[in-house]
Amino acid sequence: MLQEIVISGFGGQGVLSMGKILAYSGMMEEKEVSWFPAYGPEQRGGTANVTVIISDDPISSPVVNQFDVAIVLNQPSLDKFESRVKPGGALIYDGYGIHKKVERKDINVYRVNAMDESLKMDNTRVFNMIILGGLLKISPMVELQNVMKGLKESLPERHHKLLPMNEAAILRGMELVEQEQQAV
Amino acid sequence: MSEETVLMKGNEAIAHAAIRYGVDGYFGYPITPQSEIIETLMEAAPWKTTGMVVLQAESEVAAINMVYGGAACGKYAMTSSSSPGISLKQEGISYMAGAELPALIVNVQRGGPGLGTIQPSQADYFQTVKGGGHGDYKLITLAPSSVQEMADFVGLAFELAFKYRNPAMILTDGVIGQMMEKVKLPAWRPRRTEQEIREQCPWATLGKTADRKQNIITSLELDSAVMEKNNERFQAKYRVAEATEVRYEEVKCDDADYLLVAFGSAARICQKTIDLARNEGIKVGLVRPITLWPFPTEVLHAYGGKVKGMLTVELNAGQMVEDVRLAVNGQIEVAHYGRLGGIVPTPEGVLASLKEKVVH
Repeated sequence: MLQEIVISGFGGQGVLSMGKILAYSGMMEEKEVSWFPAYGPEQRGGTANVTVIISDDPISSPVVNQFDVAIVLNQPSLDKFESRVKPGGALIYDGYGIHKKVERKDINVYRVNAMDESLKMDNTRVFNMIILGGLLKISPMVELQNVMKGLKESLPERHHKLLPMNEAAILRGMELVEQEQQAV
Repeated sequence: MSEETVLMKGNEAIAHAAIRYGVDGYFGYPITPQSEIIETLMEAAPWKTTGMVVLQAESEVAAINMVYGGAACGKYAMTSSSSPGISLKQEGISYMAGAELPALIVNVQRGGPGLGTIQPSQADYFQTVKGGGHGDYKLITLAPSSVQEMADFVGLAFELAFKYRNPAMILTDGVIGQMMEKVKLPAWRPRRTEQEIREQCPWATLGKTADRKQNIITSLELDSAVMEKNNERFQAKYRVAEATEVRYEEVKCDDADYLLVAFGSAARICQKTIDLARNEGIKVGLVRPITLWPFPTEVLHAYGGKVKGMLTVELNAGQMVEDVRLAVNGQIEVAHYGRLGGIVPTPEGVLASLKEKVVH
């Protein structure tokens, strides 16, 4: 098993922390993991992105050009990463931030209306967990119980009371995810 | 999974490894992409547990001179910075080499010249191994390519620094500093007692005792005849280090027709290139120098007689390639591929360059 994933969006959308939770979850399953952020000034207002790799074998390069899954949470991220999804790979987006259509036909496209849902849940902070739920539904690379363990590990103890809320958001994301395009 | 295995950034691993190794003092000044080192140390507050001092100095220059002072007392003293800050420390590094003081300096490189960018780079290779400061000195240089090695090389750097009474550098970059991987942190070691330091470092300025002459730590010697002797002593120990301390890793070299040569983050990228190339039937291996000084000259010379061509891959315009060419000494062609100014090469980019420049 080797999953090369990029998560990209505006700074503040929880891109880096979603990646961190994914990496922790992989570690809970005794897999090899790497987490490499674009740590530049883009974190403060532009696009932030992180590459997460989960693998059964030792990871060679933490920096990759082609991804199995791209999660794009704003238009600049789609523009940047659409061309870098492997043929037959998956692109997941949030309906709120993307206004142009995906042009490639050789990739699977999924939509998770996470922003709308987080507003309905009256809690925009769980936006990234709804997206994560969508990812886990279409590509169950780690088990939910290990995600919860990973979440616990990556959150400071004072925030552990928020765990049930995050789990609910992940489960909601699993329900919400819709396939928009089958790769041809 | 062992309890000791944790997920953390390379910078954080250096900080935790320093506390566990029993380092006596860290003196630094924040700069991206290595500020997590001082942040992690401040958060861990080791002055409350091991007694390790963590101090944010008023500048990089102040920090390196605090390291000089700590090292003169035989303490495990360290600093860290990124490229522009390391330039500021060069005077202190040269003085420490001249005064034969052991210490650890960590450089988490970013793109230059000047203030440049905060993105990863390996453009300080020349500065590090060819003498960034003045005078005929060498800097023991370790180049980690994983978060695990970031942790492991803290202890190794101090070991070598004290063995040769010479400063040592961990030369890394924003990729390894900022990325998170699993890491097994080193075992806890108590800080050395004053008595132990006196025994291990009879040269240290810990206060004169009745049974010996005073210890003097200085790089100044106005008598040229004596200064030449000092230099000859330095050179003699550099030759010993070159004969005994070379470290490198070979990846899939046994049946390789072509060789990639890369250190640190570039070596990680090259490992993926090896797989891509072998999928296309091109037999490629990698030699990864772990010590950049002393450099694995002999092993590269030997490969010069075995493989058809070499490509060095660096996050710079071609620096280590000069040392590889010296090692290979004209036996085969040695080409270079690099990205500049903070751009990180991709495995595919390395493969394209390999096919263009080396595989004929």
